[in-house]
Amino acid sequence: MAAPVKSKVDGAAGAVQNLTIGKAINLALRSAMEADDKVIILGEDVGKLGGVFRITDGLQKDFGEQRVLDTPLAESGIIGTAVGLAVRGFRPVCEIQFEGFIFPGFDQIVSQVAKLHYRTQGRVKVPIVIRVPFGGGIGAVEHHSESPESLFAHVAGLKVVSCSNAVDAYWMTRQAIESDDPVLLFEPKRLYHSGNLRTEVDTTAKPDPLHVSRVVRPGDAATLVAYGPSVKVCLDAATAAQEEGTSLEVIDLRTLSPLDLNPVFESVRRTGRLIAVSEAPSESSLTSEIAMRVQQECFYSLEAPVLRVTGFDTPYPPAKLEEDYLPDLDRVLHTVDRSLAW
Amino acid sequence: MSSPEQWTHPEPGAGPAATAAEPTPEQVIAGLRATTEGGADLTQLLTPEGERVASARFDPYVTDIDAEALRNLYRDMVLVRRADRESNAMQRQGQLGIWVPLLGQEAAQIGSGRALRPSDMAFPSYREHGVAWTRGVDFRELIGIFRCSDHGGWDFQHHGFHPYTIVIGNQVLNATGYAMGQKFEGKVGDDNGEATIVYFGDGATSQGDVHEGFVWSAVYDAPVVFFCQNNQWAISEPTERQSRLPLYQRARGYGFPGIRVDGNDVLACLAVTRWALDECRHGNGPVLIEAFTYRMDAHTTTDDPTRYRLSDELEEWKLKDPIERVRAHLARGGGADQEFFDKIDAEADSFAAELRDFVFNMPDPPPERIFENVYAEPSPVLEAQRREYLSYLEGFAGSEH
Ligand SMILES: Cc1ncc(C[n+]2csc(CCOP(=O)(O)OP(=O)(O)O)c2C)c(N)n1
Repeated sequence: MAAPVKSKVDGAAGAVQNLTIGKAINLALRSAMEADDKVIILGEDVGKLGGVFRITDGLQKDFGEQRVLDTPLAESGIIGTAVGLAVRGFRPVCEIQFEGFIFPGFDQIVSQVAKLHYRTQGRVKVPIVIRVPFGGGIGAVEHHSESPESLFAHVAGLKVVSCSNAVDAYWMTRQAIESDDPVLLFEPKRLYHSGNLRTEVDTTAKPDPLHVSRVVRPGDAATLVAYGPSVKVCLDAATAAQEEGTSLEVIDLRTLSPLDLNPVFESVRRTGRLIAVSEAPSESSLTSEIAMRVQQECFYSLEAPVLRVTGFDTPYPPAKLEEDYLPDLDRVLHTVDRSLAW
Repeated sequence: MSSPEQWTHPEPGAGPAATAAEPTPEQVIAGLRATTEGGADLTQLLTPEGERVASARFDPYVTDIDAEALRNLYRDMVLVRRADRESNAMQRQGQLGIWVPLLGQEAAQIGSGRALRPSDMAFPSYREHGVAWTRGVDFRELIGIFRCSDHGGWDFQHHGFHPYTIVIGNQVLNATGYAMGQKFEGKVGDDNGEATIVYFGDGATSQGDVHEGFVWSAVYDAPVVFFCQNNQWAISEPTERQSRLPLYQRARGYGFPGIRVDGNDVLACLAVTRWALDECRHGNGPVLIEAFTYRMDAHTTTDDPTRYRLSDELEEWKLKDPIERVRAHLARGGGADQEFFDKIDAEADSFAAELRDFVFNMPDPPPERIFENVYAEPSPVLEAQRREYLSYLEGFAGSEH
């Protein structure tokens, strides 16, 4: 049996900083690299440019070209070599430029990253982090706005998480790097630089574990569950509903695989109503799984069927139509009304 | 198939046993993106100063290019550049979501595009607005992609111009398959044969799809011309981040010829592409062309090249401008006078103004477009989603939504 790994996630001394999600991830990468010289970053344009979203800004300058690798333009290469590096004892953090470009690396993720530990009866660890900016709302062309997270949550052997605020962005990055399992971190790209979401991040505070869901706003009329960029939409909807006297509970799922639905079950047992919100198409998705498990666990508490607000079962449309495609406050409130009227 | 002896590139260095006469790895790497020249193997018919360089090998492919034909190529490049600059400006004004500039790559695109026949097929990536122009795809059919109101809807069969592909390298395999189809249908073998051309960048040469395309095309003798525009940068990454060897030399490893052409020389691009297509038409394909050129603007309007690029480099490449050298050649040889240049400039002005008008007046697509064409056959699930969403929208009718 492998010796237990000493936690390196103890944070830098006494640091509270006011950060955007993007800056929080940058700080987490920096601290992880300082804490462990086996942590290396691989990706396209992550060096001088600091990544197309500037999340790795300044890291190559400070840690050198052997720890922040501008890789050839090949995702299968990025992920496949990360596997080899991990086998050699490194802790690679791969940056995929946009979620729509992860698919050339899909084979390596599914066939090697996810299965190597199982296949070798635990002899080979795969401590790889794959950072994936995802989701819409940035007015981009094709392949730059998708939500493919369910495809990865479906693959056994992978851990999948998604952050919705700067505190989680910091700690999830650190904890994912710390993890001996492969973790895909889905980052809400349209919120990276959102000034409104600047938060105090205490890098010494004890973080929530990586794989738990969390109630982010208590309420009793109905429960909203979301992750990543949709959490903000739900919180805004809850604020709007409150003005009309409806109190909505909002749960940030945080962990997409393994799913932690206990807070959701507890909540639904109180509110009797659940609306799952996600930008991804609905068919065979995380929201399908949530609905199924909630009906199984909370059948006698439900006052209405579990409802969903999701992207449509179409490819992501041209960005001029994304306001129609993406769950927004109005669609969430409309669905809450439907649930309450049941 | 052509025999290896006919291939144009030198034997690659013999590894550890290389003799002193062979280039050092540093020199080889320098040859990947030398800023002043593309190396000894660069095919050029027009110097940056506009002097005609004779080429026993490629002159026969441009015997028909008289002053008038050259004026037409000049016009193509000026109009395309103007549309490109206008689109870049429209992005800055918020009329387009993004623009992918082609500044500096006009000769590579016009030269290669004008080498094609209507029966040929071109597979672009996302920067080939100049090739689109040569295929008769109106800028107005392209611009919706960048205004983010559609994904591109031209009739690809009619134009012989496949949809744009954004995922790096995907189209190389698609083109290879298309070319295999041309071969399987017996459309190659003589002067009337068909051919396919596929465009990709220097960065793309690292993708598995591109390697697989090389392997497949070689194995099936597919009539496909791989046209790599080496514009020196893949966003912030220079060519040496993708290769230790000049890209055209890679072809040998797959078993077909590779050639490097001055990508800022429209005449050379035309000649070399005609030659390569001709090889394909006659069943001697595939062929790799590396057009050695330079991306004079940002990767896209969201990119900031000041973070990684040297301004010296930019200044050097400005001296090799693809349009200026044709202009110098025409002016020097009496092929065109000031009146002609003024006329083309005026035409470019009105072309840009029309494009601008078109974009400013472009209607947004209706929401039902989201649900259209997902499948060729109707899907009951989508039909229900469409109905439900439209009736939801109707609920807002009359309100501010
Ligand atoms: C599979 C994939 N990965 C990443 C990207 C993001 N991306 C878009 S363009 C580009 C650089 C392409 O460089 P190159 O192939 O040299 O073509 P150029 O844009 O210079 O013409 C990258 C990394 C992408 N579109 N597809």
